[in-house]
Amino acid sequence: MTEISLNVLDVAENSTRAKASLVTVTVAADTASDSLKISIADDGCGMDAEQVKRVTDPFFTTRTTRKVGLGVPFFKMACESTGGSFDIVSEPGIGTTVTALFVISHIDRMPLGDMCTTMHNLIVFHPDTDFIYRYSYDGDSFVLDTREMREILGGVPLDNPEVSAYIREYLRENTNEINAGKPLL
Amino acid sequence: MKSLAELKAIREKMQNQVNMRSDDPDHIRVVVGMATCGIAAGARPVLNELSELVQKKGLTDKISVTQTGCIGLCQYEPIVEVFEPGKEKVTYIKMNAEKADEVFERHLAGGHVVDKYTMGSADMK
Repeated sequence: MTEISLNVLDVAENSTRAKASLVTVTVAADTASDSLKISIADDGCGMDAEQVKRVTDPFFTTRTTRKVGLGVPFFKMACESTGGSFDIVSEPGIGTTVTALFVISHIDRMPLGDMCTTMHNLIVFHPDTDFIYRYSYDGDSFVLDTREMREILGGVPLDNPEVSAYIREYLRENTNEINAGKPLL
Repeated sequence: MKSLAELKAIREKMQNQVNMRSDDPDHIRVVVGMATCGIAAGARPVLNELSELVQKKGLTDKISVTQTGCIGLCQYEPIVEVFEPGKEKVTYIKMNAEKADEVFERHLAGGHVVDKYTMGSADMK
């Protein structure tokens, strides 16, 4: 993967495949502690202890079309190669939370990339799933909560073209405001 | 910060419109592979390009663009499959945003399969 946002897209897709009704993606950058913390939490079907142990193995997958499952191993490798850490917690029937901590200044840290498109894609291509996206950079932050949007939209689906365009702009404008004047992640 | 107020306006506008569901017998389904293999190979721009074109040309009632998981042909990703009722499935391989433009114009809008991008024409090793 060339950017962290693609890893997030990949792992969040796992959440939707696990039949999650709510997926919470948090991206928190803090230059003072040189850390970029990314977490993806879902309320999907979860994994048992045995599966959690094996999920970081690239040759483990629940898919039947291939014998490799690279999403989680790639994400783990990406953060650990910056000197960061990776954690995955899961319980059957409750859900899964994946947390990756990146060291921002490490030379092997890949760019954060286009999180706006990742979140937009997740929301619009899974219109029946709710997403909460929290983006914070050095104290400035914003939140997107599809449940709030659904309340206002009263039945108009999130993949409606105008709503989709609105969501894209909402993500982009708010992200740009927060990033203004700060180093590119 | 952009607020949620604009959504109210969209809702009011939509209230008076009827959305056609995809029981349309001519409905075309475009599926883009978005598993790890697809994402790593560059499927996201392909998905976005197709989806934006469909919206821009106002063809959302006739064509739906969705994503799928691993198709099992990872070395050919990004893959785009086109399902048209009554016709054979068309599998486009090694796609990118530019090829997606062409496929949209010539196949989805124009009705002619772009053979050179399909799996059938590929050098299968």
